[in-house]
Amino acid sequence: MTDLFTPRSDAPHIRELAEIGGRSDTRDVLAHATKQARDDYDDYFIVDIDAHVSEDHFWGEVLDLIDNDVWRQIGMDQFGKFAGNNALLNIQPGMSHQSVGGRIGHQGRKEPMAGEEGHPFVTAARRGMDAMGLDYQVVFPSAMLLLGMHPQDEVEVVLGRAFNRWLTEVILPPNPRLKGMLYLPYNTPEVCEELVEKYADNDGIIGYTVCSTRNNPVHSDVYTRLYKLIEDSGKPLAFHSGYHWGDPSFAQLNRFLSMHALSFTHYNQIHVTNWIINAMPERFPKIKMVWVESGLAWIPFLMQRLDHEVLMRPSEAPGLKRLPSEYMKEMWYTTQPMERTNMELLEATMKSFNAETQLLYSSDWPHWDWDAPSTITRLPFLSEQAKRNILGLNAARVFNLPTDRQKPPAEQVLQDRPGIS
Amino acid sequence: MSARVVRRDVVVARLDDLRERERIVVDVEGTELGVYFYADEVRAWYNVCPHQGGPVCQGKMMPRTVQLVRGEGGLKSGGPGFHPTDRNIVCPWHGFEFDVLTGKHPADHSVGLRPVPVRVDGDDIVVTI
Repeated sequence: MTDLFTPRSDAPHIRELAEIGGRSDTRDVLAHATKQARDDYDDYFIVDIDAHVSEDHFWGEVLDLIDNDVWRQIGMDQFGKFAGNNALLNIQPGMSHQSVGGRIGHQGRKEPMAGEEGHPFVTAARRGMDAMGLDYQVVFPSAMLLLGMHPQDEVEVVLGRAFNRWLTEVILPPNPRLKGMLYLPYNTPEVCEELVEKYADNDGIIGYTVCSTRNNPVHSDVYTRLYKLIEDSGKPLAFHSGYHWGDPSFAQLNRFLSMHALSFTHYNQIHVTNWIINAMPERFPKIKMVWVESGLAWIPFLMQRLDHEVLMRPSEAPGLKRLPSEYMKEMWYTTQPMERTNMELLEATMKSFNAETQLLYSSDWPHWDWDAPSTITRLPFLSEQAKRNILGLNAARVFNLPTDRQKPPAEQVLQDRPGIS
Repeated sequence: MSARVVRRDVVVARLDDLRERERIVVDVEGTELGVYFYADEVRAWYNVCPHQGGPVCQGKMMPRTVQLVRGEGGLKSGGPGFHPTDRNIVCPWHGFEFDVLTGKHPADHSVGLRPVPVRVDGDDIVVTI
C-alpha cells in the first residue's frame, strides 16, 4: 500500500492501486467482487458449483499418488525432466490461449502464499470464496478436463484414481466449505463403478463428474451398472464440458475464440441428445443430471431442435413418453459462461428450462471467462427468490447441502485486505 | 428534498511522475480511478469495467491488435498485428479492451469507460470527483 504525496493540507487520503497480474493476491484481484457482495448480496446463501483452483499447479503431488509403479515412475520422470505440470497429460501447452497473450493474469496465476499455513490450494480457494462471498465451492479438475481424449485408457485410470485420492485426502478435509466431484475415468466403466462404490459415503464428495470432452456414447449398455450405482447413491452426475482442438469438427477454426465458443456446447449437445433420444431419463429416472460449463443459449436451441425432430420421427425415439424438452426441464444446468448481450433472449432462455428451479450458479474461477455472483443479482428480470435459488438454494437441494451461513461478512473481508496488490 | 452532489478537485499525481509511468491508479477515499498520460494527452477513467465491474485500470496497457492485409488490393489476410500508435487498456478480469484516449471498446463503440474530468494544473494532475 502506498500513500501518495499530496501537497494540500485538506487533501483527501489517496491510496495507490497496483497493476493486477499473474502473481496478484486473489483478494486483490477480486476486491471489486467483494464490494459487489457487500452492496448487493452479502446475506445470500451462495454455492459455486464449478471452480478450478488448478490441480496442475500441484501436479507432482498427484503423480506421487499413482498406484501403479510403472506409470508413477514414468510420470515423475516426465515431471522432473521436460513435461512438468503437464506430465502424462494430453493437453497441448502450445494450444493454450486462455490468458489472451498474458492480458488475463489470473488464468494460470502463481499466487504467493508467504506466511499462510496449510496447503496453498486450500488457501487460494478460501481467498476466492471469501472474496466472492461464497458459502461453498465445488472444485473440478482442470488440466484433466481433456483426459477423456487420451489415447491410453490406463493413463486416465491411474490419473483419475490419484486425483480422487489427492482430492479426498489432501484438499477437501481442511476446509468443509470446499466440496468435490469424483473424477470418473469414463473410458473404463468397471473402474468408474469401483470408484463410485469406494467414495459414495465420503462427505467431501457431493457428486460424480464425467469430463465430457470425449467420444463415448453415454447411452451405451456398458454404463448400466454405473448409472444404477449413481442413482442409488442419490448424488448427482455432472458432465463438465470442455474443448479439444484436435477434434476434427473444429479443425477449420483458426482462432481460440471460435473454437472456445463452439466446442463446449458441442459436447454438451451430443451427450444430452444421446441421453434423451435413448430414453435414459425413463431408464434411470432418479439420476440427477447436471450439465456444466456451456452457458445457456444452447439449451432452448436443443429443446426446439429435438422436439421438432421427435415429433416427425417418433419411431427413432421409441423409449420416449414425453417430448425431449420436457426431460430437459428436469435436468440442471450451470450458469457460466452466461451469455448476457441480449436481455430479452436471456430472459426467454431462462424461462425455457425453468431456470428458477433448474439453474445453478457457477463461477469457473479462476478461468479467463469466469462469472461473479453479480451476474445473477444484477439481472433485471429475475425475482428476488429466483436469484436466491440460482445462487445457492437450488444447489443446496441438488447436492444436499445445509443452508446456514458459512462465509465471513464482505465488510470484514475488505477490512482485512482492501484490495491493494 | 433533493440530494446535492458535491464535487471537488483532487490532486492525484505529479505530471512528471505520470509522464514517466504512463498510468497511475488511485483510490481517493473509496473512489477508484486511473489517470493516463499517452501521446501527450492526459485522460482519467473510473476503475470500473462496464462488463462486470472489474478493476479495468489495474490491467495491462497493450497496443491495439489489428487485422493486417496484403496482396490483391489488400484483400488477403496478413494475420494479426499491433497498431503502431493506438493503445488499449485491458481489463484484468475478462480481457475487455478500451482505447486509452477515447475509452471506447474496439468492436462496440457503444461500450466504453466512464470518464473522470481531469486537467493539468502546473505540475499537478487534478481530477474532479
